[in-house]
Amino acid sequence: MTEALPPEILRIAVSVAVVVIFAFANAAIMVLVERKVCGHIQRRPGPFEVGPHGLLQTAVDGLKLMGKQILVPRGADGKLFRLAPVLSFVPPIAALIVVPFSSRLQVRDLDIGVLFILFLAALNVLAILVAGWSSNNKYSLFGSIRAVAQSVAYEIPLLICLVTIVLWVGSFRMGDIVQMQQGSWLWVIPNWFVFTPMGFVAFLIYFITGMAETNRAPFDLPEAESELTAGFHTEYAGMGFGLFFLGEYTNMVLVCAVATTLFLGGWGAPAFLEVTSTGVLANAYQLGWFLLKTYGLLVVMIWIRWTFPRVRFDQLLNFCWKILIPISLANLAVTALWLKTPFAG
Amino acid sequence: MINYFKEIFAGLWTLLVGLKLTARYAVAPTVTCHYPYQTLPITPNFRGHTDLVIDPETASDKCIVCMMCENTCPSQCIEVIGEKPEGSKKKVLTAYRLDFTKCSLCGNCVEVCPTSALEYSGDYQLAGYSRHEFHFELLERLRGRVKAQGIVPRPKPAPPEGGAEAEAKPRKVRPKAEEAPAASLEPKGEEAPKAEAKPGE
Ligand code: SF4
Ligand code: SF4
Repeated sequence: MTEALPPEILRIAVSVAVVVIFAFANAAIMVLVERKVCGHIQRRPGPFEVGPHGLLQTAVDGLKLMGKQILVPRGADGKLFRLAPVLSFVPPIAALIVVPFSSRLQVRDLDIGVLFILFLAALNVLAILVAGWSSNNKYSLFGSIRAVAQSVAYEIPLLICLVTIVLWVGSFRMGDIVQMQQGSWLWVIPNWFVFTPMGFVAFLIYFITGMAETNRAPFDLPEAESELTAGFHTEYAGMGFGLFFLGEYTNMVLVCAVATTLFLGGWGAPAFLEVTSTGVLANAYQLGWFLLKTYGLLVVMIWIRWTFPRVRFDQLLNFCWKILIPISLANLAVTALWLKTPFAG
Repeated sequence: MINYFKEIFAGLWTLLVGLKLTARYAVAPTVTCHYPYQTLPITPNFRGHTDLVIDPETASDKCIVCMMCENTCPSQCIEVIGEKPEGSKKKVLTAYRLDFTKCSLCGNCVEVCPTSALEYSGDYQLAGYSRHEFHFELLERLRGRVKAQGIVPRPKPAPPEGGAEAEAKPRKVRPKAEEAPAASLEPKGEEAPKAEAKPGE
């Protein structure tokens, strides 16, 4: 059987399966973590009934969602309405292909890796627009209009921050970016970009815009439940809603994985814990570090969501246009200048 | 220009303060009660639906079928049914119907009862499939509680005065009547509290 198939196709099939499974498992875990963190911040235990400490809650919820009928509201554009959830969860999963989970564990090290991710992440807003437009519901439409305005604004600083790093490394390739951050300075501080002044500012802005890109609180205006019931996915029931959820959590993990890769040294461990071998065990060790950083960032995202109130729409746009964009541009200029000085690596 | 950066740093700082606060609460012990498994003690002031008081002497109700509660109820949701058994002077309660769907929990019936035969139950877990499930028969409920708690009648030894038959119901009236027979002409409502203090001495 394996002889009949070219190994390359087999490799792609296996890796796609692994990535999809990772996306689903991640969503299941993240929903639970989110509810647990939220609960404890509000001094209640969160889900507690299904399984020990509610560990099986998401599995049961998933089954429930799958068992539900997908309703298409009257007057809705049926085709687009059904297409939107798929459109929202396929791109982030596809983007995981270029994420380097460890030095060897990467489906494809495209030489336009960063661009590829940006392109797929931008599709998310298209899914939201399609969902809101096709639902034939005023709340959905409002939600998607907000999402578009927000995305247009926030994609600019996001892009500039990534360009800062790309300029520094001189490559769009994810593997090169991680490689550049290996080793450490004076054996103590790892060479991660976040530990440089420019890198830190870029990281901070990237993380903020990433939260806005994934429509997470405090930037969750497209689904502000107190004003728009559920925003663009108001009309979705059952697995349609489930896929939006899956897409949101995959997007979150993508944002955090990119942050890890670009600013936190990817799979690299801090210098004193580094291993130099390249075997399977070393890769597993690197994978562990990658997941640790990514999920650390995800927990911070959840923590932020349950701490801050939602911003108003004018605040949202003012914040982006008046603070994030000027600072990230200045940051880019400073980085470019610094790279021209003789001190730069 | 300076203000611009000042504002950003002040804003960032307040955000960090907020994060610190939620982080502290996230690791603090939870304060909720796991309801079906744990319950909080309810306060004695809690007004559940009314219930008949169990008289420990007779292991039955204290009601004398005076109809005060039925007459005073503003929602008219009480129906007291009693009968006089052969050879007895007093009426005996045979049914106490409370339509809890109409009860406003005003408490008039509890206040007015001359024998304190009514009390608020602490029952807050009421749920049913139809409103007819909330037409209670309080006497039946009382019998059920007596049975469930295994209460047996514990008659008091007859008081030395005799002739009292150790009944709780006329208790409030009797000491007064003995000391000042004329007092029985006074309205009952005024007399009762005065009399109640006496047996406690
Ligand atoms: S509490 Fe008030 S409304 Fe309810 S039964 Fe008693 S008198 Fe009637
Ligand atoms: S007021 Fe008290 S004694 Fe009179 S009928 Fe009602 S419950 Fe019975």
